[in-house]
Amino acid sequence: MKVLVAVKRVVDYNVKVRVKPDNSGVDLANVKMSMNPFCEIAVEEAVRLKEKGVASEIVVVSIGPTQAQEQLRTALALGADRAILVESADELNSLAVAKLLKAVVDKEQPQLVILGKQAIDSDNNQTGQMLAALTGYAQGTFASKVEVSGDKVNVTREIDGGLQTVALNLPAIVTTDLRLNEPRYASLPNIMKAKKKPLETLTPDALGVSTASTVKTLKVEAPAARGAGIKVKSVAELVEKLKTEAKVI
Amino acid sequence: MSILVIAEHTNSELAPATLNTVAAAQAIGGDIHVLVAGQNVSATAEAAAKIAGVAKVLVADNAAFAHQLPENIAPLVAELGKAYSHVLAAATSNGKNILPRVAAQLDVDQISEIVAVESPDTFKRPIYAGNAIATVQSSAAVKVITVRATGFDAVAAEGGSAAIENVSAGGDAGTSAFVGEELAKSDRPELTAAKIVVSGGRGMQNGDNFKHLYTLADKLGAAVGASRAAVDAGFVPNDMQVGQTGKIVAPQLYIAVGISGAIQHLAGMKDSKVIVAINKDEEAPIFQVADYGLVADLFEAVPELEKLV
Repeated sequence: MKVLVAVKRVVDYNVKVRVKPDNSGVDLANVKMSMNPFCEIAVEEAVRLKEKGVASEIVVVSIGPTQAQEQLRTALALGADRAILVESADELNSLAVAKLLKAVVDKEQPQLVILGKQAIDSDNNQTGQMLAALTGYAQGTFASKVEVSGDKVNVTREIDGGLQTVALNLPAIVTTDLRLNEPRYASLPNIMKAKKKPLETLTPDALGVSTASTVKTLKVEAPAARGAGIKVKSVAELVEKLKTEAKVI
Repeated sequence: MSILVIAEHTNSELAPATLNTVAAAQAIGGDIHVLVAGQNVSATAEAAAKIAGVAKVLVADNAAFAHQLPENIAPLVAELGKAYSHVLAAATSNGKNILPRVAAQLDVDQISEIVAVESPDTFKRPIYAGNAIATVQSSAAVKVITVRATGFDAVAAEGGSAAIENVSAGGDAGTSAFVGEELAKSDRPELTAAKIVVSGGRGMQNGDNFKHLYTLADKLGAAVGASRAAVDAGFVPNDMQVGQTGKIVAPQLYIAVGISGAIQHLAGMKDSKVIVAINKDEEAPIFQVADYGLVADLFEAVPELEKLV
């Protein structure tokens, strides 16, 4: 079966971002960008499904600026077969991304679509669920285990109190949680080979999708800073402070 | 203006996060209706009717809603939601699972994890793991929003007397089925609702050593949490994880033991009122947010702390 994996180019998770002085957003100039960590897990899961003989082809798609080609090449080096870039210079909201992905799903007809559960920049946790709604497919969000059997996929999900397992009819949408797998690194020969794999570029216009949004960001601020704390010398002093100064125990 | 709040519940019991979501609805202003969708939920519906400030409780009792499968519940919420100015749910794993599906069915953008209401169409929410706070404005006909519980003080669970009304919409979409679940059992308070949280990190060295934290927590009436490092190392189950990708907590007192304080962890706890850090590395970033820091070996400090509290 064909698996479609969505990946996003985001600021590297190790970067401590700074808010711009004019409060228009965070400063991403000259900041290291990477594939969103949850998307890496999605690519890894697709590759493992191919290694098990479950998946026959892996198509990886990204929606973003021209530079998102780097992340698509990374996915190709990890084992994806071909890539699609839907090029858009604007920062898109989840609904617009889901609509673009729906157009790609209509074109590619995958049996399984794997996304990360959330991107570490917008922290939205929406796109997979929205794509499921638009396609009418079932969704297995926050997956820590994915097992395809026949025309169904069993997904074990991380929920607040523990784990839940659901059986979804294929085609289905799965979003990855951290513990689904440990993503591999791309080897140098594979990085070289990935440069020759096909990468198709599309635009929202060509897909006939409007990316207009009903939500706009008015400003972005730094969070309130915590007052400087103190170091205590002993456990006794700590307990004393908690009882008399902070009055929390 | 009227607001639909999706109740968070376990069929037999209303979850506390519902009370924080109702508080957010009050901050927006308008008639507040609560939807209880599930199976055999009459007791939960009665509990919802008693919440202060709730005008009406809608009950959708159907076997298809028993396990909160989004394929079945989202069409119901989207259908009901058309009549409201706002649809709110708690940013729990359930709320996050269902609400974006509702928003897409209504063809509107969703706003995730708001921590403050500026006006009925303007909200604040953290982005980049809490390293920035965005103020966003929605012009959508129906504003679909998840609410971070720690951003709003819970309303009183008693004092209201809302009318209960049955709704008979929706059913089984037939695309998904519940297979089973494994819930972690705990007698301690729920992590997200606890007044005191004691968390352990990689410094605990193994799962056995978490018993030191359990004894301390029991003495304080606290919940026990963990960093992602401790969960990934297999010390404790993942539902104990505090952080950007785990649970967000804001207790009165947060005690971080053997936790370095990575960005991803801080995103889950830095709104706590008082933060205590116990770590033997005095350069650990956790000391930058801690109100009280103790540089010490946790295996000596924790038992001593337990004796003194």
